[in-house]
Amino acid sequence: MARMKFVCDAERCIECNGCVTACKNEHEVPWGVNRRRVVTLNDGVPGEKSISVACMHCSDAPCMAVCPVNCFYRTEEGVVLHDKDVCIGCGYCSYACPFGAPQFPSLGTFGVRGKMDKCTFCAGGPEVNGSQAEFEKYGRNRLAEGKLPACAEMCSTKALIAGDGDVVADIFRNRVLRRGKGAEVWGWGTAYGSKQAGQPEGGKS
Amino acid sequence: MKHAWWLAAVAASLLACGERPQTLGPVKQDAAPFSGTGKPFADGGWTQGDKASWESHMKARTQQGQNDYSRMN
Repeated sequence: MARMKFVCDAERCIECNGCVTACKNEHEVPWGVNRRRVVTLNDGVPGEKSISVACMHCSDAPCMAVCPVNCFYRTEEGVVLHDKDVCIGCGYCSYACPFGAPQFPSLGTFGVRGKMDKCTFCAGGPEVNGSQAEFEKYGRNRLAEGKLPACAEMCSTKALIAGDGDVVADIFRNRVLRRGKGAEVWGWGTAYGSKQAGQPEGGKS
Repeated sequence: MKHAWWLAAVAASLLACGERPQTLGPVKQDAAPFSGTGKPFADGGWTQGDKASWESHMKARTQQGQNDYSRMN
């Protein structure tokens, strides 16, 4: 069974924001909402690193735990999605998420906060696969079209890799062995669990 | 005057009848991605509705599209 994961290789990311643009274009994401964004660590300091950040579809997602209306669900492929018909836009998930993934459009009257929007791993939502309703609420369902997330497929340096966890880990491991450095995968410990993040061993997939 | 009081009391007692129930139902479940969209706008090389076909296709696409060592060598 595929277990979908993202890897961002900080050694390769050149902060071009191609992933951000690809995501916004693919899903026609409204102004003020960024499902994915590029963050630069130690900006301006020699050796600065950039990483592309979005929902990591955590194994034990904190957003799911805190949602008061239980609008989140996890698919069989490990993708964390939510039902916008149930979401009340309270923002609890935004406080719980370690990656700042939940976004809230401010298109309502007086800039009132709308329903939460986040990366769907290009897997749409609970509407019928490939339907217009699904596209308008959640964006395109590329997984159901046999494709991978647009951000990763568009990445020019292949810094961002998305797909089955075993395959992407294998690709990344091969890279690290060849270049001999840069083995740190930002966010993996937090999202999928590891000893580095203080998690019990074997607790998460 | 008495009728007016009666009407006001009846109107006040019926106020809550306009409220819609707000019970929390189960979260809608999504169709599996391997079931496809049923539309021709999809990547070729796999059969829509076939789980094994979708999984092997996705693994192959990840390797071909994102593993630049296997693409170049």
